[in-house]
Amino acid sequence: MPRLAATLALALVAGPSLARDRVPTPEIVIARPGQCVEPTEVMRRDHMRFLLHQRDRTVREGIRTPKYSLAGCVECHASTKTGSVLGEGGFCQDCHSYAGVKLDCFECHAAKPERLSAQARP
Amino acid sequence: MSDNSRRGFLGTVAAALAGIAIAPGFRLIEIAAARAPEEAASAKVRWGMLIDTAKCATGCTDCVTACNKENGLHDTGRPRTDAQWIRKIDLKDLRSGRQHSAPVMCQHCAEPPCVDVCPTGASFKRADGIVLVDRHSCIGCRYCVMACPYKARSFVHENLEDQRPIVPRGKGTVEGCTLCVHKIDRGDGTTACAEACKAAGHEAIVFGDLNDPQSTISQRLREIPSVQLRSDLRLNTGVRYSGV
Repeated sequence: MPRLAATLALALVAGPSLARDRVPTPEIVIARPGQCVEPTEVMRRDHMRFLLHQRDRTVREGIRTPKYSLAGCVECHASTKTGSVLGEGGFCQDCHSYAGVKLDCFECHAAKPERLSAQARP
Repeated sequence: MSDNSRRGFLGTVAAALAGIAIAPGFRLIEIAAARAPEEAASAKVRWGMLIDTAKCATGCTDCVTACNKENGLHDTGRPRTDAQWIRKIDLKDLRSGRQHSAPVMCQHCAEPPCVDVCPTGASFKRADGIVLVDRHSCIGCRYCVMACPYKARSFVHENLEDQRPIVPRGKGTVEGCTLCVHKIDRGDGTTACAEACKAAGHEAIVFGDLNDPQSTISQRLREIPSVQLRSDLRLNTGVRYSGV
């Protein structure tokens, strides 16, 4: 009887963490770790808002400050393996696939930093 | 009067005199320095170009090549649908037989018809006179392509890869000459086509601030006769031509 109680207690304690482990959360690898432009929690929730406002300032008014710029995101977050924020292990795509949110920035914007993109193609 | 206060007094007088000399909206020396990155484009400047067709060489397409390279336009082998920001056109006077050529691109009108017709407000004129497409709100209807008297806009028909980070472009939107807006914002003070033309030794394209009476372009416009293409439409273009 004490053994059963102990097992139950263990199950109760271990329950939540086991449940969390069963969900395959994306593995986030940051190529150039360091301080982002905002704390991680803020970025996770609000990065799209920062990008939205920054894009209008840039396109309409020509304000090209590096903070909140999409090129800035790509600069730090592009994978060291593929050089991109998309694809397997891509910082943006992994999380967006997990959350089921369409990611269409990179239909127009480059997913690789300038030094890696094949800009000199003839 | 102590030395310090005299200096202060002289400074005040100098500032007052400067205030008299520099009337509102007119500065003796226009400051051509680059804007700070956090400063918005201002209506104090109006960017434009002067194209001297007497210097433009027939058969030379260096400006087109440079534009394509700068803005990441690639040849897909399907020229009918490829985006084209600059076209070289050859002109011939049938009576005299005189031939010359000129590059034609977005004329960056002060009263742009493409902006008038755009249903979403994607086609817009920036404060410094550059006419652009905000491709975030472009729905690809191509009204602007129809409205432009200079055939300056292109529609992107196919999925693109390898865009330059500084020049985002994509399928389903309309685009055209941006007057190398990324270079202007960076403070380069020139465009890829003007640079290439200079490098080729022609110097047929002069880029500069039309509002600044001291700029090279304003001086040249004062010296040589120039026209706006389709000036009958009274669009007040930012790109001027001489010798057409």
